[in-house]
Amino acid sequence: MSIFGFLKRKKTAPKTEDTALDQGLLVFSSTSEVIRAEVLLQKAGVSVKVMGPPPEIQSGCDLVIVFPINRQKEVLQILTRQQLRPLEVVPVSGPLMKPVDLFRVKDFGRYLMVRAANMKLTVDKETRVIVNISGGGCPDVPFLAAQLVGCSLDQAPRPRDLGHTLCGYALELALQEMERQCWRW
Amino acid sequence: MLAVVGTLPEEDFPLIMGTVELKGRELLLEGRQIPVTRGTAALLGAAGAALKILNKPPPLAFLVGDTGLGRGSQRLYEYVAQELGTHRLRVLAFHYILPQVDWHAQVYFALERLNPRPFLIADAGFMYVAKMSGLAPAYDLFTPDVGELAFLADEEAPHPFYTRGFILTQDDRVPELISRAYVHGNAARYLLVKGQTDYVADRQGIVATISEPQVEALEAVGGTGDTLTGMVAALINAGWEIVPAAVLAARANRLAGKLSGASPATSVAEIVEHIPLALKELLEGFRPDLEAG
Repeated sequence: MSIFGFLKRKKTAPKTEDTALDQGLLVFSSTSEVIRAEVLLQKAGVSVKVMGPPPEIQSGCDLVIVFPINRQKEVLQILTRQQLRPLEVVPVSGPLMKPVDLFRVKDFGRYLMVRAANMKLTVDKETRVIVNISGGGCPDVPFLAAQLVGCSLDQAPRPRDLGHTLCGYALELALQEMERQCWRW
Repeated sequence: MLAVVGTLPEEDFPLIMGTVELKGRELLLEGRQIPVTRGTAALLGAAGAALKILNKPPPLAFLVGDTGLGRGSQRLYEYVAQELGTHRLRVLAFHYILPQVDWHAQVYFALERLNPRPFLIADAGFMYVAKMSGLAPAYDLFTPDVGELAFLADEEAPHPFYTRGFILTQDDRVPELISRAYVHGNAARYLLVKGQTDYVADRQGIVATISEPQVEALEAVGGTGDTLTGMVAALINAGWEIVPAAVLAARANRLAGKLSGASPATSVAEIVEHIPLALKELLEGFRPDLEAG
């Protein structure tokens, strides 16, 4: 079954507005748990963001969930009801605990590339057409690339609807960030 | 002969075994035209282009359609396990396939019965399952990128989902990750790690690095890792030793990108078109004894 099934019901996430010291990090053993937790918490109206773990956190997988620390009790109740238990809940206590942004943007002039984790999506700024998708070795990546390359951003199918893997999830994040970047053009 | 086992990104592409001819930006297989796009088609395109320059027969392909659900992959594992014994193969490269430990075991048992045993290359999904099965040392060459190397290096991770570094790549940790992959028996006899700098390594450590020519736009072009795997497979099939083959393939891949005048919108098919010229140029002055060190 696709790991994206639940994402299809996802509403636009409320923007995380807390300052860093008001935030906590949920650490999970696998990225699939992170993705499940993200959706559960968003559905419950909790403002969350998926990021990379700060290097000081040694446990867990490649992703953490940033959440408002003053809602910790409620957050843990929501997750526990769905048998999801984070390995750790860590307050963001200083600059060394700052989570890592998953995105990197590279401007090639006419083309803009957004890298989300290991997946890279490149768009022609003049036409808004996706011209390339690189990175990732998951089994659905060639299919996702074949479906998206050549499509305009407005008409591209969603990786969350087509993908089955972590690379597909990262590509969805890249597409969302590219759409966000587009508002600046 | 070089054989390639992999998938194409169409759910209804039938299971086909046959010789693949590269013609322009397409592969010809049993009357079908397959565009050279990222994935196994790019690997086959690069291998076909290289084999032609090396005066070797075109590759044999075991292909099936799979969009990531695994239905095609399962049929491919079963078919390959049955068919392997009927071919005399020098090199066998496994590529985009859904990782499934039980299915991998079927293929592995078939591989063990082959005599002589072909040189075994694994990349992408098949490399994941070789490691997940604890059988990585049975393979001769893995061709991971840095994220995939992090998975190989994590002795506890049963799946890439559980690996730190699989999607947040850390290029500066490559030597450490290579070492850890070997310490825990999760690497093939040789590794060709693909990235901004390419690394060739064995159990003793890094034996070569390749970082020139640097073509910045290639980072955006999907499929350039697949072409590198295809070229190294072709060179080994032509009788080259592993390390010089990996060094030459890495350089040729970069040079093909440069010769194509790659932009971020370049397709991998355009890179493949320039592989013959890149290989010819490099083969003229290449000294395996000097270049591999």
